[in-house]
Amino acid sequence: MSVTALTAQDAAAGSSGRAKALRRSKRGRLFTLRVVLAIVITLIMFFPIYWMLVTAFSTREDLYAPGLHLVPQHFTLDNFATPFARFPVWQWFKNSAIITLLTTVITVVVNLLAGYAFAKVPFRGRNALFLILLSTMMIPVQAIMVPQFTLSIGLGLFGNIWSVILPESAAVFGIFLARQFFLAIPDELIEAARVDGAGQFKTFFAIVLPLCKPLVAVLVLLSFMNEWNALSWPLIALFSNEALFTLPLGIVTDLKSQYTSDYGAIMAITLLAITPMVVLFLSFQRYFVQGLARTGIK
Amino acid sequence: MATTRGGSTVPVADGAGAGTLLLPREGGVRRRRGSMAAWTFLVPNLVLVVVFLLLPLVLAIVISFQKRQSLGTPEFLGINNYLDLFRDGVFWRTLWNTVLFTICTVPVGMALGLGIAALLNGVLPGRTLYRSIIFLPLVISGVATGVLGLWMFDQYNGFVNNLLAVFGIVGPDWQSSGGWAMFSVILVTLWQRVGFDMLIYLAGLQGVGSDVLEAASIDGASGWQKFRRVTFPLLGPSTFFLLIMNLIYSFQIFDTVFAMTAGGPDYSTTMLVTYAYRSGFDEHGSGQLGYAATIGVIIYLITLAITVIQWRVNKTRDQLG
Repeated sequence: MSVTALTAQDAAAGSSGRAKALRRSKRGRLFTLRVVLAIVITLIMFFPIYWMLVTAFSTREDLYAPGLHLVPQHFTLDNFATPFARFPVWQWFKNSAIITLLTTVITVVVNLLAGYAFAKVPFRGRNALFLILLSTMMIPVQAIMVPQFTLSIGLGLFGNIWSVILPESAAVFGIFLARQFFLAIPDELIEAARVDGAGQFKTFFAIVLPLCKPLVAVLVLLSFMNEWNALSWPLIALFSNEALFTLPLGIVTDLKSQYTSDYGAIMAITLLAITPMVVLFLSFQRYFVQGLARTGIK
Repeated sequence: MATTRGGSTVPVADGAGAGTLLLPREGGVRRRRGSMAAWTFLVPNLVLVVVFLLLPLVLAIVISFQKRQSLGTPEFLGINNYLDLFRDGVFWRTLWNTVLFTICTVPVGMALGLGIAALLNGVLPGRTLYRSIIFLPLVISGVATGVLGLWMFDQYNGFVNNLLAVFGIVGPDWQSSGGWAMFSVILVTLWQRVGFDMLIYLAGLQGVGSDVLEAASIDGASGWQKFRRVTFPLLGPSTFFLLIMNLIYSFQIFDTVFAMTAGGPDYSTTMLVTYAYRSGFDEHGSGQLGYAATIGVIIYLITLAITVIQWRVNKTRDQLG
């Protein structure tokens, strides 16, 4: 369907001038149709986000009046002020930030180390271990939430943020990304460092890791996204402890259940909650695309 | 190499093809020293995985044979939880909901994704912008997507029903009717998911050489015939990867549904994973942890079945490739 293919088709056909003109106008119309379709689809896809924005800055009266009111008629910040006054929204932000950052750091570090071992350090049972880890990648929280719950009580983690951070750091998706990236690094480079007397760890930290900035970026962004957006496990681990609520948890349990009809407030806080992800995505799109295309979504 | 075709089967193919990627054997002391270093690299990750993934997996099976509530000592029940489960109408209902949801989201999402990818493939002004916007819902949390969906489909004041009213149509009861609630969850999921399908197919389309398409043109194939007979078959690996990823994703959907309908009205949008959560931890429930663990084991077995199919197919493909 690409343009080059169509041009080649014309050349090969060697058609008469009139037929050529006809085809060109047909191609022109097809092209216009493609552009229009693409714009329409994009607008439809973007509309819900836009609607979140409109809702967040509209007055309650406008929102609940019939009709479409596609732009805020009476601009207001009340939707932000009210929930901030009633709920510890800043605390949610803070909890989300702390939990997300710690989880990201731990996940990325342990995944990088393990990925390197699987790619470059031979050891007995490497393939078997790799398969075992691979088989845990798709397990959903709900399959193991009960034992995780009893376990975090047993380990004395329950009731503090580590009951979220440690289980969520037990991620394996990064190992596969890391392993793949490390495999592409030439063995000669590592051998050379070893010959120069560097140990495995020095080689890893001083020689290999500095070459892996894109990998680290992908891992950091994906881990950050997973944890910033996480609901399933925090819902169980933190439910009884309102002071530790994260943003998704606060939105679902506090905002939504007590404000069921005040969508202005819900959309305002949700807008704040998605902003960091949207900004990160727009700034580092390439890495998100690469990472997500390789691991699927977790 | 088959494993990298389309750039999409990567983590999957890895497992099956791991054997071929082994470094040459090194002997004696070198190897043993390598082994020591390897374990040092591995230990932090392994400790976390063993304690928080593998151990819970074993414990889940143990707990599924117990009567266990939030408080009180567990009691051995044998296979009674499983027998109860198979007699539990709600279990079958939520399993059916999950199947229905999966059937409605996976093929439609993939078809839409393929359509959009074909549309955006090739020269098109603003193509990067379209792609970014279509991809954007993917990085937004399931909670945000869920509450946004709930608001858009609100049966009294939501945008969708207001829009329908403009055309003189009385919008459906998205919240109080089970069927419509399910439909709204499906639409919201498609919105969230279609960017991923588009992305993988776009990557796959890069791998379809223009020479093959030219050859087909010379043979007189129409645009549709080229797509049907040449492009689509060449996208096979992308399609398979997406099928597996989407199956798992749809089967395990929790956040969006929880934020949007919490499984209601009644049980009409309760999926298997939502039911597990509701049995074990719902604030109104009795905390049937043993029963919730039993549902968890079923969820794990189904996930495992999907993964095994994936490995089998990838292995066959590797051998053929």
